[in-house]
Amino acid sequence: MAQTLVVVGHGMVAQRLLEALAERGAFTGAWRAVVLAEERRPAYDRVHLSARFTGTSPEQLTLAEDDFLERHGIELHLGDPVAALDTAHRTVTTAGGRTVAYDALVLATGSYPFVPPVPGADSPGCFTYRTLDDVDAITAYAGAARSGVVVGGGLLGLEAAGALRSLGLRTSVVEFAPRLMPLQLDEGGAAALRGAVEGMGIGVYTGVGANRVETDADGTARRLRLSDGRQVDADLVVFSAGVRPRDRLAREAGLLVGDRGGVAVDRWCRTTDPAVYAVGECAQTCDGQVYGLVAPGYRMAEVVADRLCGTGGSSFEGSDTDTKLKLLGADVASFGDPFAAGARTVEVQFSDSGSGVYKKLVLGADGRLLGGILVGDAAAYGLLKPHAGADRPLPAAPESFLLPAGAEAPPGADLLPDEAVVCSCHNVTKGAVRAAVAEHGLTDLAGVKRCTKAGTGCGGCAGALQSLLDAAGVEPRRGLCEHFELSRAELYQAVRAGRLTSFAAVLAAHGTGGEDGCTVCKPVVGSLLATLGPELGLTHILDPGQRGLQDSNDRYLANLQKDGTYSVVPRIPGGELTPEQLIVIGEVARDFGLYTKITGGQRIDLFGARAEQLPAVWRRLVDAGFESGHAYGKSLRTVKSCVGSRWCRFGQGDSVQLAIDLELRYRGLRTPHKVKGGVSGCLRECAEARGKDIGVIATANGWNLYVGGNGGTTPRHAELLAADLSTERLLRLTDRFLMYYARTGERLERTAAWLERLGTDHVRRVVVDDAEGLAAELEAQADRHAAGYRDEWEAVLADPAKLRHFAPFVNAPAESVAFLNSPAPTPALQEH
Amino acid sequence: MHRTEQVQVRTTAGEWVTVCSYEELEPACGVAALLPEGEQAAVFRTPGGQVHAVGNRDPFSGADVIADGITGSVDGVPTVASPMHKQTFDLRTGICLDDPEVALPVLPVRLL
Ligand code: SRM
Ligand SMILES: Cc1cc2nc3c(=O)[nH]c(=O)nc-3n(C[C@H](O)[C@H](O)[C@H](O)COP(=O)(O)OP(=O)(O)OC[C@H]3O[C@@H](n4cnc5c(N)ncnc54)[C@H](O)[C@@H]3O)c2cc1C
Ligand code: SF4
Ligand code: FES
Repeated sequence: MAQTLVVVGHGMVAQRLLEALAERGAFTGAWRAVVLAEERRPAYDRVHLSARFTGTSPEQLTLAEDDFLERHGIELHLGDPVAALDTAHRTVTTAGGRTVAYDALVLATGSYPFVPPVPGADSPGCFTYRTLDDVDAITAYAGAARSGVVVGGGLLGLEAAGALRSLGLRTSVVEFAPRLMPLQLDEGGAAALRGAVEGMGIGVYTGVGANRVETDADGTARRLRLSDGRQVDADLVVFSAGVRPRDRLAREAGLLVGDRGGVAVDRWCRTTDPAVYAVGECAQTCDGQVYGLVAPGYRMAEVVADRLCGTGGSSFEGSDTDTKLKLLGADVASFGDPFAAGARTVEVQFSDSGSGVYKKLVLGADGRLLGGILVGDAAAYGLLKPHAGADRPLPAAPESFLLPAGAEAPPGADLLPDEAVVCSCHNVTKGAVRAAVAEHGLTDLAGVKRCTKAGTGCGGCAGALQSLLDAAGVEPRRGLCEHFELSRAELYQAVRAGRLTSFAAVLAAHGTGGEDGCTVCKPVVGSLLATLGPELGLTHILDPGQRGLQDSNDRYLANLQKDGTYSVVPRIPGGELTPEQLIVIGEVARDFGLYTKITGGQRIDLFGARAEQLPAVWRRLVDAGFESGHAYGKSLRTVKSCVGSRWCRFGQGDSVQLAIDLELRYRGLRTPHKVKGGVSGCLRECAEARGKDIGVIATANGWNLYVGGNGGTTPRHAELLAADLSTERLLRLTDRFLMYYARTGERLERTAAWLERLGTDHVRRVVVDDAEGLAAELEAQADRHAAGYRDEWEAVLADPAKLRHFAPFVNAPAESVAFLNSPAPTPALQEH
Repeated sequence: MHRTEQVQVRTTAGEWVTVCSYEELEPACGVAALLPEGEQAAVFRTPGGQVHAVGNRDPFSGADVIADGITGSVDGVPTVASPMHKQTFDLRTGICLDDPEVALPVLPVRLL
């Protein structure tokens, strides 16, 4: 019969343990697992907790695959913490009164945030930052707050400060040590980081402590009084002053606990009771450390899985504490022992106070890398990390890793030996990645993540993994179809560089032969010609040569319905509509016998028009000031709005006006897939902007720009691209974002998938930091587009040659025909 | 070369009907033509200059939309794809490449 394993806690390490056991076949007879969890949600990616603030959903953070627990018969009890451990009888009892007997017990209880004994620290408005519930509580409270203070300027404190900033609060950080991130950074690094953090509008107070939380008459937090007497406004306070291991169960059961906390374990992660193990942040490992990072915890999970399954004799003797700060706009990494000092160590530094970059490598006398600090540009982190503490000298001159990008190509991952660990979170070597790439024919990062788990922890190794893929010469097959070996993005460049203006020219120059294209490549080329129209001198998608490339929706500038009729959607920018316009829509619908419906995009759809009726319908609408709403195009659809500051009590910005401005600027722009926008007047988000490709939310200081949201088949919340923007800057960033998408997106790739493929950081570097020097060009393209825009309906009405295509038959005038397979004309129509 | 011929299509009843001039056919585009008895033809001119005519009704959806389909060449076979759900048909035989059980009627064409 299977033995019972009880796991206390379902955090990151507990989940890794369950996976490691499953990988070893533990659940096919040997073990049955019962997991008792305090939190209400199954294990999630705590490392990326702050992504929750910028739109990631709890489901996206969930660690286990959908049916993982079920598949392995794992019993999970949520929301019922273990209250007592009885090692004599080998049972645990939960707060809810459930008693479970075990053959083996694993404590994976993690740690709790330490709240310093500051008077007022328990007032409403004071929070800690560790769980999804914490994030929800902070977000809810921030809606009514204007200012926030984070107590603690370490890794987590800065992340928390970034989160408060993204919620639109005036934010400060208070750090007791004389510098930020004191455990990871030296003075030079901390100074550069401070510059970057202050540059984000976050106030920094170092060398001072928090003395008391001062409250309003009603007892809610208002200010933080500092130890030097100064005070900082604080409607909301987040304590992030370190964590403490949750070792109470072990302590009360009489198991040995370290002096500074943590359940003491040996090299096999066993506590002083051989049936009880402890892993992750609650354990004090045999080197006397309590590790507050996920990678060592994952290694402990593997060790325990080996013990329980009798596979291999792995042990945990200690780990590095390499870290990378995950704060928007502040690139910081620290690895190995950056404080190593000795007569024979050598320090190599690069710093540029202008751009806030500070980099330092510490090398031993024999040329081995001991550690390093990267601030302002941590791109080399993934490549350097595997060398730190290794038994071999750094394979290239240290300065080649430090010079700014562009000076010289930095040494790539190809210099690493196969046994070098490239992903320390999952202990994956370069050799293992290379083998997986070769064996499974992997072509992208997503594949590497799936097959090796590398890159799915902190994400710090993504750069190194990509360079391994590049070095393997992996050329993903991105050809569009049998007619083109080029991807859409490559075709874009080819069409632009060659100034090609017809499908025939594109096929001749870049096709694989054959005389005609297909339903895949023709609409793509049609779309590219339209996107690049202003540069190529093309003006309308129905001009001769272009018409045949369009899908029937674009061919009729309307949406094909299942009975062969079409629907008509006039543009209603921002959802704003005058009574007169509303009446005209009603009259048109009545006169042509069309079905009307309010769409999910804040506008009105008129259904059931026959192709030959479209010009007459448009004529009426255009005369009333309407134009095409491009409901048919892979192009901008609508920009939804909420009423915003014009009417709403909470509005912080004029969301209607901005939605209109956005819609009018990008209307008609052809993109790889459709693009939708939304603008909300405050973080209550009534316009659901974060479900859109372009989402904007007003803050007290301007606008936050979110990108890559999607409803549809694979919902995804948009991610914060940049915060607190002026309207002018917002439009410029949106110009760049959309034009960069139009340039590099693949066929039918929404911005959500595109962003996942390119990486948000990469897109942010290009769009916000202008790292590739493209900004001016992208903005100019957007300007040209906006200047060259002409309503597609009106252009058809003005051109008899185009109008002719709307006649139902080439050989019979419209009025002489009885329509066989379309709805009968309505009486109202015949009167007209 | 300038071609001014008339395009004629033979109906299922065996009658030749003029639908338009060759010039009126845009390369790689279709037109719909109304035939006696309410029959409809979709007439295409390939980029290479061949003319093909098939029935205009999409057998999958029942809508008269084939003439609005995107033309193509699949392994050298001239094709048209239904605008409704993108099934592809061989313009020479009418046979659906995605489901060979289904076919469009093929109408013989001549240029006069
Ligand atoms: C009319 C409308 C439904 C309604 O009655 O409310 C609608 C109707 C269609 N949607 Fe939609 N969608 C409509 C809002 C939406 C929304 C809601 C929104 O925009 O806020 C979504 C989810 C949000 C999103 O796109 O991220 C939506 C997600 C889709 C998708 C899935 C896209 C995806 O990324 O997975 C498709 C399929 C596609 O585009 O490939 C689709 C496709 C379609 C098509 C084009 C299907 C088709 O080929 O016939 C429908 C065209 C109807 C027509 O003739 O106009 N529609 N569709 C809405 C028109 C909004 C507008 O004013 O333009
Ligand atoms: C905002 C943030 C950012 C971070 N960033 C990084 C990073 O960049 N890199 C990195 O390496 N690490 C980072 N960490 C740390 C990382 O999340 C932890 O190291 C990791 O989660 C530890 O895993 P664990 O399983 O030991 O503990 P946890 O993930 O905390 O899980 C412990 C679980 O046990 C539950 N529990 C406790 N007591 C009981 C009980 N009596 N009964 C039942 N259940 C109980 C808790 O509720 C919790 O769900 C970050 C942490 C936070 C909060
Ligand atoms: S998008 Fe979905 S709900 Fe909307 S019309 Fe199409 S199938 Fe129906
Ligand atoms: S190093 Fe953290 S995910 Fe690879």
